Amino acid sequence: MLRFVLSRLGLLIPTFIGVTLIAFFFIRMIPGDPVELLVGERGISPERHAELLAKMGFDRPLYEQYFDFVGSVLTGDLGRSIVTKKPVFDEFLELFPATVELSFFALIIAVAVGLPVGIIAGVRRGTVFDHTTMTLSLTGFSMPIFWWALLLIILFSGILKWTPVSGRIDVLFFVEPVTGFLTLDSLMSDEKGAFWSALRHLILPSIVLATIPMAVIARQTRSAMLEVLNEDYVRTARAKGLPPRRVVGLHALRNALIPVVTVIGLQVGVLLAGAILTETIFAWPGIGKWLVDSIFRRDYPSVQGALLLIALLVMTVNLLVDLLYGLINPRIRHAR
Amino acid sequence: MKRHILMASIALATTLSFAAMAQAKTLVYCSEGSPEGFNPALYTAGTTFDASSRQLFNRLVEFERGSTKIVPALAESWEVSDDGLEYVFKLRPGVKFHTTKDFTPSRDFNADDVVFSFERQRDESHPFHKVSGGQYEYFVGMDMPGLIKSVEKVDDNTVKFTLNQPEAPFLANMGMDFASIQSAEYADQMQAAGTPENVDLNPVGTGPFQLVNYQKDAVIRYKANPDYWGGPAKIDNLIFAITPDPSVRYQKLKAGECHVMPYPNPADIEAMKSDPDVNLMEQEGLNVGYLAFNTEKAPFDDKKVRQALNMAIDKQAIIDVVFQGAGKAATNPIPPTIWSYNEEIEDYPYDPEKAKEMLKEAGVEGLKTNIWAMPVQRPYNPNARRMAELIQADWAKIGVEAEIVSFEWGEYLKRSKLGEHDTVLLGWTGDNGDPDNFLYVLLGCEAAKDSANRARWCHKPFDDLLIQAKRTSDVAKRTELYEEAQKVFKEEAPWVTIAHSIVFKPIRPEVQDFKIDPFGGHVFYGVDLKE
Repeated sequence: MLRFVLSRLGLLIPTFIGVTLIAFFFIRMIPGDPVELLVGERGISPERHAELLAKMGFDRPLYEQYFDFVGSVLTGDLGRSIVTKKPVFDEFLELFPATVELSFFALIIAVAVGLPVGIIAGVRRGTVFDHTTMTLSLTGFSMPIFWWALLLIILFSGILKWTPVSGRIDVLFFVEPVTGFLTLDSLMSDEKGAFWSALRHLILPSIVLATIPMAVIARQTRSAMLEVLNEDYVRTARAKGLPPRRVVGLHALRNALIPVVTVIGLQVGVLLAGAILTETIFAWPGIGKWLVDSIFRRDYPSVQGALLLIALLVMTVNLLVDLLYGLINPRIRHAR
Repeated sequence: MKRHILMASIALATTLSFAAMAQAKTLVYCSEGSPEGFNPALYTAGTTFDASSRQLFNRLVEFERGSTKIVPALAESWEVSDDGLEYVFKLRPGVKFHTTKDFTPSRDFNADDVVFSFERQRDESHPFHKVSGGQYEYFVGMDMPGLIKSVEKVDDNTVKFTLNQPEAPFLANMGMDFASIQSAEYADQMQAAGTPENVDLNPVGTGPFQLVNYQKDAVIRYKANPDYWGGPAKIDNLIFAITPDPSVRYQKLKAGECHVMPYPNPADIEAMKSDPDVNLMEQEGLNVGYLAFNTEKAPFDDKKVRQALNMAIDKQAIIDVVFQGAGKAATNPIPPTIWSYNEEIEDYPYDPEKAKEMLKEAGVEGLKTNIWAMPVQRPYNPNARRMAELIQADWAKIGVEAEIVSFEWGEYLKRSKLGEHDTVLLGWTGDNGDPDNFLYVLLGCEAAKDSANRARWCHKPFDDLLIQAKRTSDVAKRTELYEEAQKVFKEEAPWVTIAHSIVFKPIRPEVQDFKIDPFGGHVFYGVDLKE
């Protein structure tokens, strides 16, 4: 097992280098420079332009800037935003809990709905339930998030008035951030009704964000179930006269879960990517919206810092999934 | 003992303020984005000014709410010397800075605060010049470092500005956001505590509201300043709910989650007009959208060609299609809301036949050119691409073949400044309501070399009029000069003046006395909520 963990950890190093390269060069490949965007139509004299670029350190050769960036990253310094002048890491930490909270609820919804739907569809292959849910999941998978979100807002917030339109909590509540997770902080605060408000604000954005992962999980579970149900040991179990519930629940599901866990793990990346759109529409103050703003302002340090941190996070989750995988299936951890 | 009494009274005040919060009038504004920070001098974005200068701070002079008229603010009165080089401001006595958790002012606002606020930006050796990144782009952009020779305290209530050359728009500049007055006492305390950047993070001003807290990308909370020199605001609390998507803002407004929203989606305007939950206000914007000819390149160096191309464009079609009625065809380079707007000037008529003839007379045939179209939506041009297509079609009718070109926004601004275009679509929103701010900034000779003058047009008779108008502070005289300058402009036709847009502001019916700010800002002092 130790060997397995070490080999997985070893793989992180080249991935990390790749990520720093992409994070650094990606934003610089987009045309436009931060100074021009800062001054807009007014314009700026070429001398002043050069002076400001130099002040931000963007006048030096790219490779020098890159090595500087990697050097500071290794010492834990992601630099300062050129817009707000605050440390990138502090801004990330301030906004990150909002994204985690949203993604967490979305993941719960996706798993709670996707997994059972997939299992039932797999077991009852070819039935109306199977066809309906698989068509729905294909629709969900191909839904443009922007449009879907607006549709839900207009229906549930605009017409039915069941849910609030956007934000994380009613603006009249002020909950002192302790953990950064508003559902927890509002429970700990003495503001009456704050918790319900926070929860109600979570409903629509988590459904929107859960839509794609839910569809993926349902489809993946169904096909994994189908595959496993055809295996010899399942036929044996059935032949032994075990009740169908036990065959599906114990023999089939446990084996079908292996690819499903991987897929769920991979959804963390999908959730963070989806958060960029979802957060922008729902005015959710998380890292997705921050990243979009930073890209538009060509705030190089913020963009490269945010990309790097998000990538690190996805890498960590995937590593954990890999390890978990080894736990579920002993054959994997012993294989070289 | 004293300390205990103080603590007890703070605790009592806090409790009382929470109790009061229950019945307090709270106005929620669905703002379009997050401020870059809270010191207006460090930034140039309107979103940042809305969150800082327009609520938290005052300036020596200000613009009357909803107009471009200059009125006294922190300065009660001022005098300009005959040579136009000295401005002496008499300061308002008894003005208090905000009391915050970091700062309790020990004295009223005085001349030291004015000197500090300008010297920080002007003097590179000032101890605060480099704090928080130290870029003062608006100050620099308005050429303040070249203009101001000195800022001196005469006595506690008098400040004297000396200029290097007479500049009549200087007074209007003093009303701009970057000229907001900060507390020198607060700065000194933070400097002594080793945390000078706190001055910019936790702002202390004299304005009608003071900052309670800011949760990044989510909410900004303000409360009314009870000691405000103009009398306390009619609302008790002001909240900015940051909501970037315009359709979502509209839904929030309908649901009563906010009272005022900026920048509606043009497609929603029709629905808003008939919506009982929405009171749709509108006003002509302080802006102009134009097409500039690169007058350094042939054949655009010939005024006859420029006039012909002016006549070939059907402006009304542009107003109908691109602005969907939310615009007014422009004749002059300044909007009609600015003083000295010359009503007597007639625009070029739409006359493709005549245009064709004139091109022929100028010896231009089979002209191939380009039209640059901005990649972004701006207040003065909601859809540059569509506008360019209409102009392209109009020009095709007189035998001019134009290719539409676009770049990423920053790149677009940079390249057009360097004059790479033949013709370029752009526009301008006024900074201070002075005609000089349009005419000299956009069309003066000084800006014709790789700067804001995209026509690269330097016409001596025109420039002389502007310089003369800068040198006198007599408004009647200036008006005459600018009226004349607009005549010269129309005759020489370095631009096609296209449109002044109409700004829409949807508010809820219970909001009272809201006024649209011609500068595009959002000012909530003076606004009330009906019970």
